[in-house]
Amino acid sequence: MADPNANPRPGGPVDEATAPNLEPQTEPVPYPPRDVARMEAPPDPPPSDPFGPHAAYPTGRRLDTGVVPDRLVNTHCCYCGQQCGIRLKVKDDEVLGFEPWYDFPFNKGKLCPKGIKRYLQSGHPDRLLHAYERDADAPGGFREMPYARAIERVASEIDRIQSTYGNDAFAVLTGASLTSEKSYLMGKFAHMALRTANIDYNGRLCMVSAGGGNNLAFGVDRGANPWTDILRAEVVWASGANIAECAPITTDYVWQARENGGKLIIVDPRMTPIARTADLYLPVKPGRDVALFNGVLREMIAHDWIDHAFIERYTIGFDALARHVEPWTLDRTAEVTGVARKRIEAASELWGTAKTSFMMHSRGIEHSAHGVQNVLGAINLVLASGRIGRPYCGYSTITGQGNGQGAREHGSKKDQLPGMRELADPEARRYVAGVWGMDPDDLPQPGADAYEIFRKVAKDEIRGLLLICFNPLVSLPDNQFIRAQMERLEFFVTIDFFMSESARHSHVVLPGSLHEEDEGVVATNESRVVKINKCIDPPGEAKQDWRIIQDICRALGREEGFTFESPREIFDELRIASKGGKADYSGITYEKIEAQYGVFWPCYAESPEGEPIDHRGTPRMFEPGSWNPIAKGAGPFYFPDGKARFCRPNYFPPTEDTDDAYPLMLTTGRVISQFLSGTQTRRIGPLLDMYPTPRVELHPRLAAQLGVEDGAWVTVETRRGAMTLRAQVVRTIRPDTIFIPYHWASRRSANQLTLSAQDPISKIPEFKACAAKLRQARPDEIPEAADEPPVPRAHPRPEPAPERT
Amino acid sequence: MPVPPTLHYFLDPGRCIGCNACVQACAECDTHRGQSMMQLDFIDHARSPQTVPVICMHCDTPTCAEVCPADAIKRTEDGVVHTARKPRCIACNNCVLACPFGVPKMNNAANLMMKCDLCYDRTSQGLKPMCASVCPSGALWFGTEEEIRELRPASKTNREFRFGGQTITTRVRVMVPKDRAETHLDVTASLRRSRDADPMLDAMYDEGSP
Repeated sequence: MADPNANPRPGGPVDEATAPNLEPQTEPVPYPPRDVARMEAPPDPPPSDPFGPHAAYPTGRRLDTGVVPDRLVNTHCCYCGQQCGIRLKVKDDEVLGFEPWYDFPFNKGKLCPKGIKRYLQSGHPDRLLHAYERDADAPGGFREMPYARAIERVASEIDRIQSTYGNDAFAVLTGASLTSEKSYLMGKFAHMALRTANIDYNGRLCMVSAGGGNNLAFGVDRGANPWTDILRAEVVWASGANIAECAPITTDYVWQARENGGKLIIVDPRMTPIARTADLYLPVKPGRDVALFNGVLREMIAHDWIDHAFIERYTIGFDALARHVEPWTLDRTAEVTGVARKRIEAASELWGTAKTSFMMHSRGIEHSAHGVQNVLGAINLVLASGRIGRPYCGYSTITGQGNGQGAREHGSKKDQLPGMRELADPEARRYVAGVWGMDPDDLPQPGADAYEIFRKVAKDEIRGLLLICFNPLVSLPDNQFIRAQMERLEFFVTIDFFMSESARHSHVVLPGSLHEEDEGVVATNESRVVKINKCIDPPGEAKQDWRIIQDICRALGREEGFTFESPREIFDELRIASKGGKADYSGITYEKIEAQYGVFWPCYAESPEGEPIDHRGTPRMFEPGSWNPIAKGAGPFYFPDGKARFCRPNYFPPTEDTDDAYPLMLTTGRVISQFLSGTQTRRIGPLLDMYPTPRVELHPRLAAQLGVEDGAWVTVETRRGAMTLRAQVVRTIRPDTIFIPYHWASRRSANQLTLSAQDPISKIPEFKACAAKLRQARPDEIPEAADEPPVPRAHPRPEPAPERT
Repeated sequence: MPVPPTLHYFLDPGRCIGCNACVQACAECDTHRGQSMMQLDFIDHARSPQTVPVICMHCDTPTCAEVCPADAIKRTEDGVVHTARKPRCIACNNCVLACPFGVPKMNNAANLMMKCDLCYDRTSQGLKPMCASVCPSGALWFGTEEEIRELRPASKTNREFRFGGQTITTRVRVMVPKDRAETHLDVTASLRRSRDADPMLDAMYDEGSP
């Protein structure tokens, strides 16, 4: 069978009846059985551990009034996909604090608490200043080694493993917080220098379900609109998106839409802060989203709330989809989703009768073994309404990581080449191999995904790993399995700026660069390409990540193509490598980014006729009459006929549904004060103080039934593991569901419990739904400290301010 | 330089998402030296995600200053009520107890009442206060009446509050829905409202809920 995730190629007209992608594959990837090697989490490191995590607070010059910074550097936040503009105050080689960047149009000076305190990661006492190698007798388990010797050891281990077991036995895992230059270089490093098929990235846990759905329906993987299209949307629908805590700046856009008369529909098992005043709140059961979308579409069809002219002119597959959703009556939809029938009716009417709208979704529907089906369900509501490609008619996922969009464009994904090209596509291989100066036949074929890489370690198919910008031990599901595989590796090297929990299992740790120590571009949630600017040099022996990768290439004797002197040189090659692809950056320059406050891709250097042009970029996708390199003028969507696809998403219950033994649904997510695996934010004192340690949320009715009071110690168990933590009893969660935020490590990691079932198309794991049970903790399970384990402080608390001057 | 009379602080608790950006940003104002004067209150965490950012309302006749036996709290001509002055403040807590909005807090380590000073070093230069600069939800906003009218067509401003027999007018404006007839906010009356009368929220997750 054809790969359902593959992009379509130019060809003849599409036969709707036999088009392979319209009812994509739905069987989840099975998770590994219990008999594989596993390793339980150790306790947290002691306060004396030199690598922390220690909590930093402002001290010294950062607290002094009237210290005049040497310069204010316009840059962006180092955390989420909103990529808020921020001005960092720099004096000498220290980032002292920040000043709002009022002129940057996306956030106009706004920041969430993480962005406000991000400067505390700079000059942090846990910062890695040297290369390290593992030594059980050294403090913290690692001893310093000279950088040059570390590079030699890494190169000789790569060489040994690849020459003994084959090129694919050495894998690379990278991350979507890297700039696009680094992300591009990592792809080139794996595919050209190492010639391994096995490179993937942590967007596998983040954006890939949205990408899979977007590719199937639109032919391209990009949020379709600038955020200003939210402002005057009559209806904003957000499914599985904790906007207030995970994309806080988007809140203002949503409130502004309401101020202009718009209605808000929120679908979530938890009443998150954005849901509090929603016009309609649909408390869906975890993992049932596609049923809701199918039910709403059926209502729209029944009441003829659809745009026939748009469907006729710009889409294919609607009639078959209409038959496909016919069984999703209101009663069945209500029964499956757990949402009251009346609210489904009301949501259908609001959405169906609106003239403008914006559909958003996020990890809540995407972190599922049927994540792509859920996304397709959402897209169908957008296409059936005809509300896309026009002002205030929008659709987008909300990306999680800083370069969540950009890192899925230029080749650090397992099946990708720069410019959002397919690694399996012979034409793409020829083009990119030409740019790189290599034989296309020497490029590997698509390899394993981020989770599968660890399964291959268990099978000894992968023996070595290079890890950068990724903390899988915290962020991958069922992480006792991951820990055992990390220990199984013959050689494991991590590039990072702090000793992450994953780095602690490495043989060698190389000191990389923090966000403020390098420059480069990222693509924001809006697909606006913006520029990260350097504030200070990396301290000690730490190096910019791209230099470290090139040093490894040199030590391997494979430095051809890896002799860049600056990120700008890498970017210039990326522009060429992306040219002609869907994510075409050829017309973007650092100067244009600065002049325009970012450039939305695609941005072409040449017109379709091959004439040089000064293209401003593409804020809104799929506008009528727009040109793209696949349709070549046939229509606005990225298929040869220019038409969008109505796919037929199938509903399946969560892979591991509840039963008598495990009667509750466990779902996981984030809190406002922490970011992803917490490598950075668990080292920032003021953020930790806001929410020091995970608690499990449960409804008062469930708490009463189990005899659990707010703040009591409870044990949550799944078929993978158990953890003991305090209860937080809140009326804002479904009584059949419990929630744990996942940012913490070791015994406080929610991913000890989660399930590694994966979506067959996107390979995203099912973080958002697994069966669990909850009970009062036994006395022997309660941690000895008997309270929130305090995080050792890196600094004394700031003295109270004396009289202001 | 005084804070320009055209620039006002607008507070819309209905927008608040409890993110703490204001609390964290307050400590970053150059003259606050790591201390946050901002409070973020959960109304009832167990029952609702509703939070309320509490800033000094900068009253026209500040109760805190009126009850201060040491005359330590000053209101400048531009309507800004300042933190207690260190040489005068005797840490008696009168202001803490008397403020109807619950704003002043005693810093016991410094023996000094500290409160929001509207980021005077910023606002007196025409800049926005830190909290209103960063607030992701627009619950805190700083600018002119004309700007807010254009930005918030469904809202109007209010600056009169009743606490039983006491009426207070403030420099800070609170946003209220435009369709409300009231010309003031009766704060004590809202305290008497039962918090249990909330059948919709209680039955939120039930089949057949409204």
